[in-house]
Amino acid sequence: MVLKNRAKYAYFFITPFFLAYITFTLFPILYSFYLSFTELDPLGGTIKFVKFNNYIRLFTSGFFLQSFLNTLAIWIISIVPQLTLAMVLSLLLQAKWIRGRRLFRSIFYFPNLVTPVTIGVLFGMLFSHPGGAINNILLMLNLTKEAVHFENSPILSRMVIGLAICWQNFGYNILFFTAGLNSISSTIYEAAEIDGANAWQKATKITLPLMRPILIYVMITSVIGGLQMFDVSKMVFTDVPGDRTTTMVQYMYESAFERWQISFGASVSYGIFLIIAVLSLLSYRVVSGNPAPRLHKHQTIGGGN
Amino acid sequence: MEQTNLVLHDRNRLKEHSIATILFRKYSVRLVGMLFLLTVAASAFFPFYTMLISSSHDNYAIMNTVTLVPGTSFLRNYARLTENLNIWRGFRNSAFIATVSTTLNLYITALTAYAFSKFSFKGKSFLFGIILFSIMIPGQVGTIGFYKQMSDMKLINSYLPLILPHMANCFGVFFFRQYLNATLPDEIIEASLMDGCKELTIFHWVVLPMMVPALVTQGVLAFIGNWNSYLMPLIIIREGRKMTLPVLIATVKSANVADFGAQYVGILISVIPLLVIFSFASNMLMDKITAGDALKG
Repeated sequence: MVLKNRAKYAYFFITPFFLAYITFTLFPILYSFYLSFTELDPLGGTIKFVKFNNYIRLFTSGFFLQSFLNTLAIWIISIVPQLTLAMVLSLLLQAKWIRGRRLFRSIFYFPNLVTPVTIGVLFGMLFSHPGGAINNILLMLNLTKEAVHFENSPILSRMVIGLAICWQNFGYNILFFTAGLNSISSTIYEAAEIDGANAWQKATKITLPLMRPILIYVMITSVIGGLQMFDVSKMVFTDVPGDRTTTMVQYMYESAFERWQISFGASVSYGIFLIIAVLSLLSYRVVSGNPAPRLHKHQTIGGGN
Repeated sequence: MEQTNLVLHDRNRLKEHSIATILFRKYSVRLVGMLFLLTVAASAFFPFYTMLISSSHDNYAIMNTVTLVPGTSFLRNYARLTENLNIWRGFRNSAFIATVSTTLNLYITALTAYAFSKFSFKGKSFLFGIILFSIMIPGQVGTIGFYKQMSDMKLINSYLPLILPHMANCFGVFFFRQYLNATLPDEIIEASLMDGCKELTIFHWVVLPMMVPALVTQGVLAFIGNWNSYLMPLIIIREGRKMTLPVLIATVKSANVADFGAQYVGILISVIPLLVIFSFASNMLMDKITAGDALKG
């Protein structure tokens, strides 16, 4: 009885949240959309409506396409070793004979908490030319005759950035994979053992299919987060020939806040949004569309809220 | 069929081997596994180690040799760094912004989550749907609009645009609602109401104390996320003395051109607070993820 008529308090409690949400989340998104159809004079502050001009420039100039290809290349270079390493290590850390499990997981996870800007600057210094720590080691071991100029090569500089991002995130993925592995009931393994399955068969026929929901979650968050890369990729190198490491968000930042074409920057942000939406759906299809058996159909992520 | 054949084959093979061979295989697998783990752990630690060691060497040693043990130039490097870059002011600015916005974030978010968890009201599922949907929206979409809006409101160079938006943390509401659904029985609220407590009093003295574990984990993560953020402070703060630590760290290269020693000290200073937080919150943070809070749905 006393619980009746409490609704007004609920509205009172959620009001600050939704006020902030409308002002600082929803409005900026819509305002960006509006701005992307205008031309803004940064000095005079006058706004002129220019229809699709910004989008036509976005998709025909080639710079946005290049930044997309750069982002995709760096993302692939980082995501493949990142997920492979995370999967192998989380399987290995499940083994009964491993000592110091938590310590290992902590060491692998810590880079994920470090300021991304710091990671970028640090990797830029390690791989700098001349005098970077990596070059000093390569020279000491006689692996190269002269110092490698990582920054000067589009491929090498992308690889260094990919390595930095992989280093930053693989430990975080281990935590997710571990959660997935722990959620698989041990009775399934026991049944398989009784049937005589070996370790490889258990991994490929039980673990991987049952891990699919986690894989979907990790893939989609990696697409959404990874394609917005900015901090690390911006900091590692500053002078790569042909700007081959300029990512999409960096292109947005430079358009809006270095060249002060704010409206064009807004159209870049919607271009990025479109690409991320398409690629998330695509990766969802790829990871979930495999015809391998699914033992737990009800086991989906984020379902049943 | 194929699988059974494989299994039989495997069993026959096992019979052929002596106990010694089986033991040898078992321990060599363990040895390789352990070596692999140690190699990855060493590689993961390598960048930190280099940073730590290099920060105490002079530029000649950093540039020309492989340094493995600490040197004696730390204080000189530190002096040159602080001459060019007021890193501690950035440190204080970041600490201030992160503390205030995390506190505000936790309070508002917990209040909202409580309403979604323990009240029934019109439009509840629709509003909660909006919150869930927002978690998936890439953050950069609103960046330009946010900047223009703040510049229209004359809030460039103010800390308000870096603090107030954190009141609307959609993931936080989702996380706290899950926590309250699982841990706070309706009976406690009912009993408090019978005793004549006011609604806000119940939230402050019954609900919040019960949420402490969730508040701490979410708080630490929110604090770190805020402490690390770069793009927003970069576009909002244009005045040097108001800049946050990441923005200053981003300029460490240009402020100390070709001065590796000073640069290493700079990034070392930016890692230390995270290391301190991690050293006593690591298990809690990892448990938050491994318990599958984000996955239970």
